[in-house]
Amino acid sequence: MHLATDVLVIGSGGAGMYAAIAAARAGAAVILVDRSLIGRGGATVMAQMTVACALGAETPDHWTHHLADTLKAGRGLCDPALARILCEDGVECVRELDDWNVGWARENGRMKQVTVPGHDRPRCVYVDFLDTGPAVARTLRTRVIRSGSIRRIGDLVVTDLAVRDGECVGAVALHLVSGEIVTLAAKATVLATGGLTRLYRRNSASANMGGDGYALALRAGAALTDMEFVQFFPIGHLAPRLIGMDPIMWDPFRYKLGGRLLDGTMREFSERYGVKEDGRYLLARDLATYAILKEVEAGRGSPHGGVYLSFEHCRADDLRRAFGPVIDRLAGNGIDLTRMPVEVAPIAHYHMGGLRVDTAMQTCVAGLYAAGEAVGGANGANRLSGNAITEALAFGRRAGSHAAAHAARSAHGWTDRAAEPTLARVRSEAAAASPITPPQAIIELQALMADDVGPLRSAEKLKRALARIAALRDGIGAQPPRAQGFDARRLDWLDLDNMLLTAEAVTRAALARTESRGAHAREDHPGMREEWRVNQIVRMNDGALTIERVPVVDTSERTTALAS
Amino acid sequence: MKHATLKIWRGAAGEAGRFETYSLPYEPGQSVLDGLRRLRAEVDPTLAVRYSCINANACKECVILIDGRSAYACTTRLEAREMTLEPLRNKAWIRDLVSDIAPPAERLLPPEKARRN
Repeated sequence: MHLATDVLVIGSGGAGMYAAIAAARAGAAVILVDRSLIGRGGATVMAQMTVACALGAETPDHWTHHLADTLKAGRGLCDPALARILCEDGVECVRELDDWNVGWARENGRMKQVTVPGHDRPRCVYVDFLDTGPAVARTLRTRVIRSGSIRRIGDLVVTDLAVRDGECVGAVALHLVSGEIVTLAAKATVLATGGLTRLYRRNSASANMGGDGYALALRAGAALTDMEFVQFFPIGHLAPRLIGMDPIMWDPFRYKLGGRLLDGTMREFSERYGVKEDGRYLLARDLATYAILKEVEAGRGSPHGGVYLSFEHCRADDLRRAFGPVIDRLAGNGIDLTRMPVEVAPIAHYHMGGLRVDTAMQTCVAGLYAAGEAVGGANGANRLSGNAITEALAFGRRAGSHAAAHAARSAHGWTDRAAEPTLARVRSEAAAASPITPPQAIIELQALMADDVGPLRSAEKLKRALARIAALRDGIGAQPPRAQGFDARRLDWLDLDNMLLTAEAVTRAALARTESRGAHAREDHPGMREEWRVNQIVRMNDGALTIERVPVVDTSERTTALAS
Repeated sequence: MKHATLKIWRGAAGEAGRFETYSLPYEPGQSVLDGLRRLRAEVDPTLAVRYSCINANACKECVILIDGRSAYACTTRLEAREMTLEPLRNKAWIRDLVSDIAPPAERLLPPEKARRN
């Protein structure tokens, strides 16, 4: 089957839906595709609470203050122009969602904003109770449907972008339900495929976040930046086993109630790492992750290999007021926070790296745009809490309007011949079964990434990881298994193929960076080094990954200029 | 060691379909989806199950019939007994536990009439 459109948007999380809305608003015909259901499969729907933006509803604020905090958290590696878009456009996007009745929490008519670590004042809006992501997704989906010029297609897995003479002319996709191959001609394409947390054993995102967009981009000739910076969320739920709740749920509990982080002997330990929390929520994500892993390593962990988080000092009615029905869901899992601590440990949460784009969200491949977590650069070496949804909204809106403008001045460049290499790949079938099944290989990859390319890294671990990634690639063979309708095994193979390429990009970038900065901690190279205040750009040339160092735009000068 | 037994409807649209029974070690606290993912990894990678968010009950994609009642595989606890798992009866059947649950306007092809029963 062949379809044609002005703007193709790949991925229907917050970034993809906002891109589709903005492109349609600019007059473009849009096809919005998702490998899962429209508006359900991305990371947005799983966001629990905070969206950072300088509304100034609680206390006076300005986007320049938000930018200063974002750049500081990024440890000198942010692209200041992208960070500025996040902070400046984010305010308008949050207000637009308010106009669309997303339901931001209010008190006496004004929007409530909470303070979260790394922000200098109350800046994060949210939707109660822990409903921020679902509310944002629902609201954007309603606008997508109402626009009238967005065709929505779920269960469609994009397997490659089609590139002709250096220009992206559309994509090739596999329809999961029928097994049919679909070609999509587009004058402009927006990659809004999210991050790569599925590469890790313990992660907070959906099965769709396997870094496929990064692999598509590499094969299409686009450049990735900052791939070594994977954010681990320090207090992911570990035990007791909790079902029906996202493992990052303890973050909002800490925002509202503080909570105490305790070692295996029930003593607070943050002071050992230079921050006296004393029941408040102060530890930034990279430092908290480091602190928890070091406590466990020193034999001071909790029984399941994490630390304790306790709200035992909170009163039952305070808990109820802050979290309403969530308290009942916890009770259904046998958890009474007034009587017991829970165990928490770091969990792969977000990817700072991603596609390198300009301020129009365009990559170095003409006609190829990116939005949301798929983009790299705005958050540098460490992302602030609350910036992910803001980034999805701000980058999505901008990518959509620029993609529409590009489409308006372009003709279709699609030819079947341009798509032939990518069609051949998705049509190919392995003659024999590989020695390792795709689901087993995915579990092995997740284990090796967690153990060797996790928060604490060393040359020895990273080299071992590269060897194991290469061995897995050999093990799964060059072609996917024979096709059938809703072919779980074939889908796993295609996912794994992308996951291995993305994993290799992360690992090679991490091995090259011989310092510790933000989310990238090298045990054999502790401390930040001035000569490493560079971004690493990953590209694919003739099937091999290459890394180039480029200077970071001087953030200190730019911030001062912006703030004055 | 205790075991959970999963009786799972297998086959694809256009076929008769059949139940197949699998046994796996029971670990307290696990969800039915945990069990299905373990079966895919250790026993049969072709088993088709649909889910995105794994544990958060946010994507709502893993709805199937569990012992005849529609339920989410991610929030139903695995139990140390036989549990019967089937695809939804009121949606077009695709393969194993997967049915076409997308809203009609969000599909590539017009909705199929064919149902399992």
